[in-house]
Amino acid sequence: MADPDQPPRLAFHGVTGARGGRTLFERLSFILAPGDAALVTGPNGVGKSSLLRIAAGLLAPAEGLVEAPRCAVMAEAAALDPGQTLAAALRFWAALDPVPAPKDRVAAALAATGLAALASVPVRLLSTGQRRRAALARVVASRAPLWLLDEPANGLDTASVSTLEALVADHRARGGIAVVATHTDVTLPGAHRIAL
Amino acid sequence: MNGIGRLIARDLRLAWAGGGIVNPVAFFLLVAILFPFAVGPDIVLLARIGGGVIWAAALLAALLPVERLIGPDAESGVFDQLGVRGFSMAGVAAAKMLAHWLSFAPPLMLAAVVAAGLLGLPAATLGRVELGLLIGTPGLAALALATSALIAGMRGAGALAGLLMLPLAVPLLIFGAGALEGGAGALKLLGAVSLVLVAGAPFVAGAAMRVAME
Repeated sequence: MADPDQPPRLAFHGVTGARGGRTLFERLSFILAPGDAALVTGPNGVGKSSLLRIAAGLLAPAEGLVEAPRCAVMAEAAALDPGQTLAAALRFWAALDPVPAPKDRVAAALAATGLAALASVPVRLLSTGQRRRAALARVVASRAPLWLLDEPANGLDTASVSTLEALVADHRARGGIAVVATHTDVTLPGAHRIAL
Repeated sequence: MNGIGRLIARDLRLAWAGGGIVNPVAFFLLVAILFPFAVGPDIVLLARIGGGVIWAAALLAALLPVERLIGPDAESGVFDQLGVRGFSMAGVAAAKMLAHWLSFAPPLMLAAVVAAGLLGLPAATLGRVELGLLIGTPGLAALALATSALIAGMRGAGALAGLLMLPLAVPLLIFGAGALEGGAGALKLLGAVSLVLVAGAPFVAGAAMRVAME
């Protein structure tokens, strides 16, 4: 974990990513400071998700060193209990974040992602796009300095993609860092490009 | 409530919602009811083998929810989200083990009273069965959890779970049923086996969960 007194930053020092014995990328180095964003692009199966999982600490790098602050991950799997209401499912995760006031954070995140009206709807009744927005709401609610978004635009309509872009811009404006892996168009002004 | 407490509460809620508490108990009682049909209504014979029947039924009942303990959470990314929030997989596995025990063992011990009545067990034997179950069911919960983590994500996992778990449960069965003959030594050995399983299972399950995440 990073030193809490330092401003949060994401740094890859000569990181090699491998999966199942196959090398995906070699000696990747970059540093993202507060307010920075990176767009990870490349064809399917090239290691975009693995790069994000390494940054999240879920996958050990085959080589190299990663410095990362507390992060929030939006991956393909929603990880929301289907039987619970949207608000309750998000509150379960928000309560596990090391920041206070989970209820308020969830309410604010639901409003920010345009899901406030669906707060009391069970997760199993949500559409694919609504579930994706719910996963984004969990990232917003976490107040983590680093956002790791894996294909966040998948299943989202045009309006929701704009919301996503606005939320990332807002997060960066407040000194956050975002890494977005995508094969579609997500506009991140001034983002570093990491092409795998 | 701390993080581990929240995980246990969540698993208990899911067990209630998914019929995870009613099903094993109903299954357990059904086995106890079917047995007299198979061996005949000889009250002396039933009273003699009844304790063993309860143990075998408890073992099968513990195995019932094995497919939903770890697999669904691994698939839906719950462990990734927990990992990002700093949980160790062994800790998550320990929470799940405790939640599994809480969801099946106390109801099972209540149902064992009914089963003892159906099988015509004397009160003294019932007392020993209950004591044995109290000591042995944590071991069964540990085995079920470790098995569940090892088979998560496989097709036809249910049958494989039985093949994996049942042989490992043999010591619990031997000492659990052995304690019915009135051996305090058997109870101690039952406790020892149960303790080893409870101590080891979170690490086995945690390692399997980490491998599955990579």
